[in-house]
Amino acid sequence: MTHRLNADELLRVDALARVEGEGAMRIRIRDGLVTEVALDIYEPPRFFEALLRGRAFGEAPDITARICGICPVAYQMSACQAIEAAFEVEVPDNVRLLRRLLYCGEWIESHALHIFLLHAPDYLGYEGVIDMARDHHDLVELGLRLKKVGNELMTVVGGRSVHPINVRVGGFYRLPSAEQLAALRPQLEQARDDALATVAAVAQFSFPELEQPHEYLALRAPAGDYPLERGTLVSSGGLVFDAPQFGDHIVEEHVERSNALHASLVGVGRYMVGPLPRYSLNFDRLSPLAQQAARDAGLGTTCRNPFQSIVVRAVELVYACDEALRLLDAIDPSGPPAADVLPRAGIGHGVTEAPRGILYHRYELADDGTIVSAQIVPPTSQNQGAVEADLTAFVQNHLDLPTDELTHRCEQAIRNYDPCISCATHFLDLTVDEG
Amino acid sequence: MTAATAAPSRRPTLAVWKFSSCDGCQLSLLNCEDELLAVAGAIEIAHFTEATRADAEGPYDLSLVEGSITTPEDAQRILEVRRLSRWLVTIGACATSGGIQALRNFADVDEFTRAVYATPEFISTLSTSTAISDHVPVDYELHGCPIDRRQLLEVVTAFVQGRPPRIAAESVCAECKRRGTVCVTVAHGTPCLGPVTHSGCGALCPSYDRGCFGCFGPLPGANTSSLSLTLSAAGVAPRDVTRLFRTFNAASDSFRDAADASERQS
Repeated sequence: MTHRLNADELLRVDALARVEGEGAMRIRIRDGLVTEVALDIYEPPRFFEALLRGRAFGEAPDITARICGICPVAYQMSACQAIEAAFEVEVPDNVRLLRRLLYCGEWIESHALHIFLLHAPDYLGYEGVIDMARDHHDLVELGLRLKKVGNELMTVVGGRSVHPINVRVGGFYRLPSAEQLAALRPQLEQARDDALATVAAVAQFSFPELEQPHEYLALRAPAGDYPLERGTLVSSGGLVFDAPQFGDHIVEEHVERSNALHASLVGVGRYMVGPLPRYSLNFDRLSPLAQQAARDAGLGTTCRNPFQSIVVRAVELVYACDEALRLLDAIDPSGPPAADVLPRAGIGHGVTEAPRGILYHRYELADDGTIVSAQIVPPTSQNQGAVEADLTAFVQNHLDLPTDELTHRCEQAIRNYDPCISCATHFLDLTVDEG
Repeated sequence: MTAATAAPSRRPTLAVWKFSSCDGCQLSLLNCEDELLAVAGAIEIAHFTEATRADAEGPYDLSLVEGSITTPEDAQRILEVRRLSRWLVTIGACATSGGIQALRNFADVDEFTRAVYATPEFISTLSTSTAISDHVPVDYELHGCPIDRRQLLEVVTAFVQGRPPRIAAESVCAECKRRGTVCVTVAHGTPCLGPVTHSGCGALCPSYDRGCFGCFGPLPGANTSSLSLTLSAAGVAPRDVTRLFRTFNAASDSFRDAADASERQS
């Protein structure tokens, strides 16, 4: 006999597995209606915004990288962009392209980690990648190979893959040599083939039905690029604004049913950032190869099923490999590694596309470049409302599933967002469910 | 079900625990792409929340502990982890010296809380971020922010084989000399913690024309006061010397003392 949920029950997972950081989920059902959904974050707070005050501007990329070991480059890129904006520094185009290449490395590493190690086990019915490897050895090998190329790219450009040391405000400490860049080419060509195989493999998974009407928010880059290191914020509802207006459009507010702070879009409410919004608002900016891979996988030019995010991530893997190969030709390894940076008093804003979506930084700086205040809004905080809405919709439609399976599916629905709880922690209240 | 499950030979069990941290050091284990499946064949990954839902009960032969102790709950949880672990190895600067979040130790944590959170009363936190060894006995400490994955593999292999890890205790300077990197302090006056910092990174920063910022923490017995004098002579302001020592290993004894000393001069 399988237990099913009825009258007044609580569905809970006390330690979410295969996410970055520590969180728990709590869903309450009364008389067949989902009455409460909460993602509890028990990851301890680390107070980055407070401890940045009084530090030198040049320390911000290294310090904020430590918010997340999985997407340190995103923190470095948003920090640099914000501080350069405050100092009115224009970085040479060559530096920008190299930043883009570094960011491609992080996308490849982070997406491969999530697709193969964290998310695919849900679709194939395993507890984790090690069990999955027993039956799907070639697929896991392919994933690890892809992940390694991402790490290799970050190591060549950034010095190391976790907390790269080569990023500075204004550019880089040292440019990679022509030989180092050339040596990446065969690995990236293999990776591009592997990414295409990944799209084909994950497109075969079965996806629970769920169409969510979330407002999508992503960057839209100038000059035909798929958004990574720069761009204007655009939404599916037609909003268009730049980084300095972030605070006018995004507010952090209390939500009555939980004590967590949620980000919301003024006049709209909850919204979503990450691969689905990025893809749906920038399909035309994907490379032809990535577009074709998406079509072959059965995706349209927009995607609204959060469970298909694994396919979209795979398409973005194809793009990141394709784009990295293009950048290898475009980068001049003999150019200057950085722009001159002269501190001045001011406020600067930066927004880039972390693997999980929009990452906003704002710094107020003194005339000697000392940080007066800092604000950081990571993607996972912005997605909290969307995750909870997905859980509500999904559970409501699947109350007939056995409890174990429903719980597992809910975990999968959370993992659709590749939540990075270490990143989000500074932003969310810690609540203890004593119910 | 199969002969394999009935086999008497038991693989050593590994548990990976997270406290206050960025996840980067646990990620270093998953970043061993060429070795991961072999490691998983040699040892049983019994508890590793970031990687699997499966969770085998302890005790465990080897526990890798990432992160520092910053909440009352975690101060209790580490006691349980110690109780369940035959060997306990800390991985990274947070677990080994309190990490970047130990900057709260030099500030008013209530003020920090008010600065970041709209509803500070919901935040349960300690006024300090402390190393695991401040709470329980630790069998080995692996340094780095992040750790080096080759060193991690060596530590895991050593414990599985029942021998001490072969990890040199020398300064970044020694690694720099072996690489043949020109000294950034001598040649350019760039502030560098290489002389007092534990090796392990391969002297990465100087090879990228920047000074070491001490992410592998202090080398035991390092003469930080001598380095502070050298940095002063090179024209580095006392405030910048303080910042240099007070980052990713700010709460380690010798870096804390050096930062305090330069702070008194500024």
